[in-house]
Amino acid sequence: MKVIPVPTSLDYRSVDQLLGLASDSVEGSVLLDAHRIRWVDPVGMIGLLSLGRVMGERCGEPPVLKLPEGGEVLAYLGRMGFPAAAEGIFREPLPSGRRQARRSEVLLELTRIEENRDVHAVVDLVHDRAGRILARTLRYPPTAVVQFPVVLSEVCQNILEHAGAPGWVAAQSYLWKKRLGREVLVIGVGDVGRGFRGSLEGEYSGRYGDRWGDATALEAAFIHGLTRFPDQGRGQGIQQIRRQVRRWHGGIAIRSGTARIADVPDWDEMAPLEDGLAPFPGAQITIILPAGAQP
Amino acid sequence: MRHGRRFGDLELSALAVDVRELLERSVTSLRSHLVTRPTGRAVRIAIERQLDMLVAPALSLVDLSSVAILDYSCADEVVAKLLLRKRGPAGSAFFVLMGVKAHHRDPIEAVLERHALAVVAETGPGRYNMIGVGSDGERTLWSRVERSGCVRAGKVAELVAARGQRRDLDALLTRRLVFRNPASGDLHALSTLLRT
Repeated sequence: MKVIPVPTSLDYRSVDQLLGLASDSVEGSVLLDAHRIRWVDPVGMIGLLSLGRVMGERCGEPPVLKLPEGGEVLAYLGRMGFPAAAEGIFREPLPSGRRQARRSEVLLELTRIEENRDVHAVVDLVHDRAGRILARTLRYPPTAVVQFPVVLSEVCQNILEHAGAPGWVAAQSYLWKKRLGREVLVIGVGDVGRGFRGSLEGEYSGRYGDRWGDATALEAAFIHGLTRFPDQGRGQGIQQIRRQVRRWHGGIAIRSGTARIADVPDWDEMAPLEDGLAPFPGAQITIILPAGAQP
Repeated sequence: MRHGRRFGDLELSALAVDVRELLERSVTSLRSHLVTRPTGRAVRIAIERQLDMLVAPALSLVDLSSVAILDYSCADEVVAKLLLRKRGPAGSAFFVLMGVKAHHRDPIEAVLERHALAVVAETGPGRYNMIGVGSDGERTLWSRVERSGCVRAGKVAELVAARGQRRDLDALLTRRLVFRNPASGDLHALSTLLRT
């Protein structure tokens, strides 16, 4: 059995290490060893699900995911709905963790996005919860309670529009004591579909010629709002998400194939465009919104 | 709800659409928010079907007052595509967006800008604005017609006496942002037609 070690801290900064492991050649049984994991955010959770799905397809059998036997991370994964989302992706049912007595501050548990009604369900749920978390925890103005579900709606529709495969979304707020000294909201969205390059290839690869690749496909969608649909009204979603995230002084990054493109806020050090990353199918979107920002 | 509004010899068909109510009737499972493109498309098609039953010219009031969340994809269908299809050369409808609140403005203005469109919108009780894309001249002229409510045919030349304003008026008429009674030649602000 091939053992793949999962980083002990699995978040939007370290998830590349995990996704990079998908390019290793593997055959037969795979064990994703996460029993030492101490920290995981929505981007990390979606990374685990995505890697599990890819490994399962590549190896012909679902991998085994080994989680800690108890503790905070396991309880947190339970609150975020990870065991339910992981059903069918990993070989054995996952432990659901100790039930928490108090209601958690989860903004959006891991939710599978496969069709239009899933997006509606996300918007309904988040609209109910957003007021409490956005206003009290992030100190956002009341208008954000309406704008935030719109951002989630558009980002989820991106899965339906580009991926051609199901995906997941999750959101949670955390205190980034060392990095920022304030709360942040982390939104993770991911799928293992055809990715931006695959989505746009038929329409635009000829126009870009030799330059065509994952990075140019991301630039086409992220910067220029291009889409494979001839309809002039399409392709606005990402542009509007970027605009809204900027208003909240947040950051957004999209990784697809071997590239990542980002709007980087002044508090982060991510590169605006990276190419030559380890290949991974689909698209992974990270949005980080810091507390206290005024729109 | 359909009814007619009479202006002298002319009867203007009118259609009032509560988008939230239409949403609940048009989309098979219960949808409480105006999000996603397929949902927007379903609502737009339902409005178009109702408009197709009216005799031209028609005034359509699209009421968004009970829509809590409107995303960009839906706004593109329910506002931009509706205008393009029913107000353009192939259509003959005049539109007023009713009950437009602050949180609707972003998605609506974004899609109007994308398609270089403008529309008359009720942005507060009894307060109407031209939102979207338009030249300064068009906006100025539209505001004058809106303030007047009705400009009699004999006063139109005076209204557009300044250089370039004839062109601005033609643009407002072509874009169906003001209404000219074909019988009398009077110019009407669309908001005035609502009150008639």
